[in-house]
Amino acid sequence: MTATPVSTAAERQAVMQAAGSAPGPEWVIVTRGIKREYDMGGEIVRALRGVDVAVKRNEYVAIMGPSGSGKSTLMNIVGCLDTPNDGEYWLNGQLVSQMKDDALARVRNKEIGFVFQTFNLLPRATALANVELPLVYAGVPAAERKRRATEALEKVQLGQRMHHRPNELSGGQRQRVAIARALVNDPSILLADEPTGNLDSQTSQEIMRVFEHLADTGQTVIMVTHEPDIASHARRVVVLRDGTIASDETQTEFVTRLGLTAPVL
Amino acid sequence: MPFFEAVRLALETIRVQKLKSFFTLTGVMIGVMFLIAVVSIVEGMADYVENDFAAKIIGTNTFYVSRAPDFQDISDEEWRRIQRRPRFYPPAAQVVREALAGGPFRSAIENGNFSPAVVPGIRPRSVQAVATEANYFDIKQYEIAQGRAFTTQEVALGTRVVVVGSEVASYYYAGLDPLGRELRISGIPYTIIGVIAPQGSVFGFSLDRLAVVPYTTPLSRLMRPRGDVEKIIVQAPTREILADGEELVRGALRGFRGLGPAEEDDFAISSSESALSFFDELKGKLVLFGTALPAIGLIVGALVIMNIMLVAVAERTREIGVRKALGARRRDIIAQFLVEASTLSIIGAMIGALLGILLAKLIAAVTPLPASVAPWSLVAALVVGAGVGIAAGIYPASRASRLDPITALRQE
Repeated sequence: MTATPVSTAAERQAVMQAAGSAPGPEWVIVTRGIKREYDMGGEIVRALRGVDVAVKRNEYVAIMGPSGSGKSTLMNIVGCLDTPNDGEYWLNGQLVSQMKDDALARVRNKEIGFVFQTFNLLPRATALANVELPLVYAGVPAAERKRRATEALEKVQLGQRMHHRPNELSGGQRQRVAIARALVNDPSILLADEPTGNLDSQTSQEIMRVFEHLADTGQTVIMVTHEPDIASHARRVVVLRDGTIASDETQTEFVTRLGLTAPVL
Repeated sequence: MPFFEAVRLALETIRVQKLKSFFTLTGVMIGVMFLIAVVSIVEGMADYVENDFAAKIIGTNTFYVSRAPDFQDISDEEWRRIQRRPRFYPPAAQVVREALAGGPFRSAIENGNFSPAVVPGIRPRSVQAVATEANYFDIKQYEIAQGRAFTTQEVALGTRVVVVGSEVASYYYAGLDPLGRELRISGIPYTIIGVIAPQGSVFGFSLDRLAVVPYTTPLSRLMRPRGDVEKIIVQAPTREILADGEELVRGALRGFRGLGPAEEDDFAISSSESALSFFDELKGKLVLFGTALPAIGLIVGALVIMNIMLVAVAERTREIGVRKALGARRRDIIAQFLVEASTLSIIGAMIGALLGILLAKLIAAVTPLPASVAPWSLVAALVVGAGVGIAAGIYPASRASRLDPITALRQE
């Protein structure tokens, strides 16, 4: 396995101290004490109760936790689909926790590549058109869009299937289209939400290899999952429980603690 | 999102759902179809009036001097005032004649009404009888097909001669030479001396059921029992000096009637211009009323499109979520649905415009109504189509744009 850098606990603690100020450029994600509450018909649900997460550029982090632990809420906030009620969130040097809708849309477009459990490809569009979509919203001219989308599809070995629609592709191929779409804009982070949830174990391994390769080539990857097996592929595992961070360990620590065998790829 | 991308997407959606899209379009299609048909017919009538009607009925470069104006929208109030005006008796007619004397103008007294014409053994019909002077034929530019027009001498003597329209000749004397034969008009016997070449018709009203007699004969007295003159037709050699003629007559008559500078004319001067301006006014109303009904169709069409777009937003909630996650801003989503609604609507409008043209042609073919497709009405149809689409799409689009991406992505 290639060594991908992992931030140390001391570094992370240091960057948490300077509340209110932008972290250094090596930090892609810094959340300081973010809280998120929902009003569910009069009952206040406290999904996040002050979460401090810091991710350095080129880290490969899994966020793990059982359902109801707040990992989806954290993912939504990290993915700029939602904003916290309290606390600050710095993404690539920008304070996004205060941003409004359209500004968030811009940030999502430039900084984040989403990979979803259910792929979320547009059913009536070809693989190529799906991959072009983020570039459409970035205002990239058609010819360049096509060139970049083709490149991205070739990177995930789908150069031959560009003109197929999602229903003509296998699950693994669909997820690779989704990965190509997530990467086509050169985002700061690849944010994957249960990326193997709808795939069989062999295809899951295949997707994990793609992630591995991306991490090795310098892509920051954040993966949300509830499966320890999948989480064990990441270089660092953050476990959430009841809206707070229960543990933040390296791959080795995590694997050892759970008594898993280190993943072989 | 680039415009063409949105249009392509909309066309794709329509292609996939052909039948649903077709029903969605019908409202707009029918609305635009009738809109185009109505506008084409009104335009056709306007063309017709400008080119044929005004020249045939009123004459080219002519105006009428009379007590009441022709072809004008008159209120009851005005009408009562007109009823109090003095009539035109021969001295007033003489004033008009003298005012124009020596100039290039021609004038003739013209009394007219519909009178029954009788030839024994043939079912009587009513003809358009005109009692006038000899130069009326020149003023009206009537071509004499057979025989001759009556002369100034015959007018002076009050000879009972008549020049008939071609339809009168062919109705009463089919297959015979009408010249020298007798025609009783309102019971008064006249000798036919000439036949006017066919003039055609205006709005299905034949101009050839005509009988022209000298105004000094008894028929004229029957038309105007008081012995007054209905109107005087004046013709100028060119259009440019028509207004000069009008001013000469106006000045002379005002002097004759002793009107002070502040007083209104107590007579009317009507030209083809005034008839045309009257028709323009009428046309405006026709267009207004004629478009009101199709407009209701368009509103219904808009509601149908709005409904379909709301369904589309509901069906594609997840797609909207994905687009938002990938960086679509509110305005991108709004644009997408607006373009989709407009594309639907514009396609409906284009089909409707085509059908409207066909409908107008059909109406023109089977009825006396003329039709002329104005190019601007086609442009208007497209603008209307786009407008309806935008109006119908704005609410669904704004709803789509406000969807929360997290909720939208969770939608099954």
